[in-house]
Amino acid sequence: MKEPMNPSSARRIGRRIGIVGIATAALVATLTGCSKAQGGSSGQYGFDEAQQSKSSTITVWVDATRAPAVKAFEDANPSVKVKTVTYDGSANGSNSFKTKMALFDRSGSGWPDVVFSTQNNDAAWASQKTAGKQPYAAVLDKGLVPSSVLGDFAKGSLDPCTVDGTVYCLRNDLAQNVLWYDKTLLDKFGYSLPKTWEEYQQLSAKVAKDHPGYITGSVGDPWPEIFMWSSKCQANDITGAREVTVNTTSKECTRAAGLIDAGVANKSLSTLSVFSPDFVKKYSGKVLLMPGPAWFAGAIFNNKDSLNLPKGELGVADPLAWNGEQPVTGDVGGGTWFISSHSKNLAAATKFAQYVTTQDGYQVDQAPGYPAYAPAAAKWLAKQASSGYYATSLDPITTAASQVWSGWGYGSFSQEAIWAKVMQPLITSGKPTADGLAAWGTEIKNQAQVNGYTVK
Amino acid sequence: MFIAPYVLFTLAFGLAPAVYALVLAFTDADGAFVGIANFAKVIGDYRFFADVGHVALYLVIWLVSLLVLVVLLALLVHGIRSRRVSAVFRLLYYIPGALAGASSVLLWLFVLDPSASPVAPLLHALGFQSFNQTIAPANLPAIFAIIAFWTGAGGWIVVLFGALNNISVDVMEAARLDGANAVQIATRIQLPLMRKWIAYMSVLSLAAGTQLFVEPTLLSQASNAVVPNDYSLNQLAYQYAFAQNDFNGASAIAVLLLIVSIALSALFVWRGGLFSTEDA
Repeated sequence: MKEPMNPSSARRIGRRIGIVGIATAALVATLTGCSKAQGGSSGQYGFDEAQQSKSSTITVWVDATRAPAVKAFEDANPSVKVKTVTYDGSANGSNSFKTKMALFDRSGSGWPDVVFSTQNNDAAWASQKTAGKQPYAAVLDKGLVPSSVLGDFAKGSLDPCTVDGTVYCLRNDLAQNVLWYDKTLLDKFGYSLPKTWEEYQQLSAKVAKDHPGYITGSVGDPWPEIFMWSSKCQANDITGAREVTVNTTSKECTRAAGLIDAGVANKSLSTLSVFSPDFVKKYSGKVLLMPGPAWFAGAIFNNKDSLNLPKGELGVADPLAWNGEQPVTGDVGGGTWFISSHSKNLAAATKFAQYVTTQDGYQVDQAPGYPAYAPAAAKWLAKQASSGYYATSLDPITTAASQVWSGWGYGSFSQEAIWAKVMQPLITSGKPTADGLAAWGTEIKNQAQVNGYTVK
Repeated sequence: MFIAPYVLFTLAFGLAPAVYALVLAFTDADGAFVGIANFAKVIGDYRFFADVGHVALYLVIWLVSLLVLVVLLALLVHGIRSRRVSAVFRLLYYIPGALAGASSVLLWLFVLDPSASPVAPLLHALGFQSFNQTIAPANLPAIFAIIAFWTGAGGWIVVLFGALNNISVDVMEAARLDGANAVQIATRIQLPLMRKWIAYMSVLSLAAGTQLFVEPTLLSQASNAVVPNDYSLNQLAYQYAFAQNDFNGASAIAVLLLIVSIALSALFVWRGGLFSTEDA
């Protein structure tokens, strides 16, 4: 009998990429690893530099949203040659930034000069030596970026970039949580704005009863940052470069879980992702309150493909506080720019990173989110306010920027992925998250440990 | 001579990486021999046995449904008298398999989302209102099995159809003259004669199944990690290599997978008499 064509070979090849891919990548790596060019000068900026070449092209990696930043830089600096590579921005725990750098570390060449990441847990690994290779991220606060520039970033905004007191990246935008609300709707229903989480919970219950179908927030996306972080839940207390303290069963965590569970049960909290078509279909014009990051304004409210709330209706209020406590808030993302320590043109790479984070040409004129660089932020806010879109003053966004609770750190593992794995299924199936807090903590500890953290 | 390119590619992309993985599995990042330390590490990983469970459950559901349904469908299609109808069915079964792995999973992202799915009424009837409800952890083994069946079964139906065609007409004729009905012919004549082919299908499917990777990885990306990015063993190996920068640990998982699939395949080969040369 003749051997037939194997019908599943294509699939097996796809699957094998897992094993074979790893192995071939590693094989290629060892073959090329020996040829790594040595040389270069060591350390005026606090790391070993590659041989510099002032006129060389710099390669920058950005996500699609940041493409205008490159364009703005090129228009302002026609003498610098830039090669743009668009990638996924490492979004949603895809880890592509880390993954690709690990491969370049193995091959000993090919690192991009500047990388934009939508995540803020990259400094945690990019600042560390991996497999004997110099850390990817260049040290920025030892002379590469002037301290006057670093000093003008909003207070705390460089925390995700700072490991053991050294700054490894520049923050693109802040993602501080505020309380968004539909002012027109709130006035129509005759409710007053909640100031505390307790008032928020009561109002949510009332909305659920009197106006079913309207919502006061969403838990459909895996963001523990909105409720857990602003409740000071100690789930992610990074105390050192490789140290973390985790306690997810404290009163701070249980009260936030209770808030989520009550809202899911009475349907005042949506369990659909704010980016899903279903969410838009179901809740356009029905979002009364929405605790969430600063970028919600542009991403979901003032976006014709999303909720598309008309001009003059959206209000913004200070982050909610728990009764008797100082208000604190969390961050949902907020991008970061890294300069490669392997760059052959540090001058141009630095010029680029500084331009896109601090100059009006991008941060004020085009950036969709709240700039981390304070002088740009002030101008950005003024510009937003003058658009006449908002029904209230935008001051709460500025206030919130300085209220981000510092007890929630920036580890190299993704809290979003952990929440998605352990807690999101509970929320989706309507089971109480309060029962999952211990399991959540265990998963965080486990993840931390396999990533080389000491858990306290 | 004609197999030279094949040998070359097998050496470069099959054997060499496998040998390299073997070397990596027994050494540390600096290349020093560490015995079974990498194996102890990955087996001790809190995700390891969870992933073994995931893959095992998936394999059971998938292999059983594959064996039963493919054999049944092949027998049915073979039983169709009209050549044209039979050919149309074979083509229909085969089409999904013609889609490459990742793109067929992308298609399933839509099928599984009640707000976009062509089978939305069915999903609603099962109680799934949103994508996240459809892909709840308990549903995953069945979902992966269905996807794999959909993409892979068609090819096997065609192969088994071919095997059925090879059964001598005389034997079938004799059985029929002896008064055997369709079911008796199937169980007494066709199934025993197809045994090798069924074993062959099992071995290859098993090897493919233990390497579950594309489906959970794409679903994980699409669901913002509600389907964990470390659901299967191959994904865990990927996490080791790229999230933890531990290529040695990743290779250890790969070698373990290899051992298990070889052992299980050997069982099928032995029980199925795949390599025995005497004719049944």
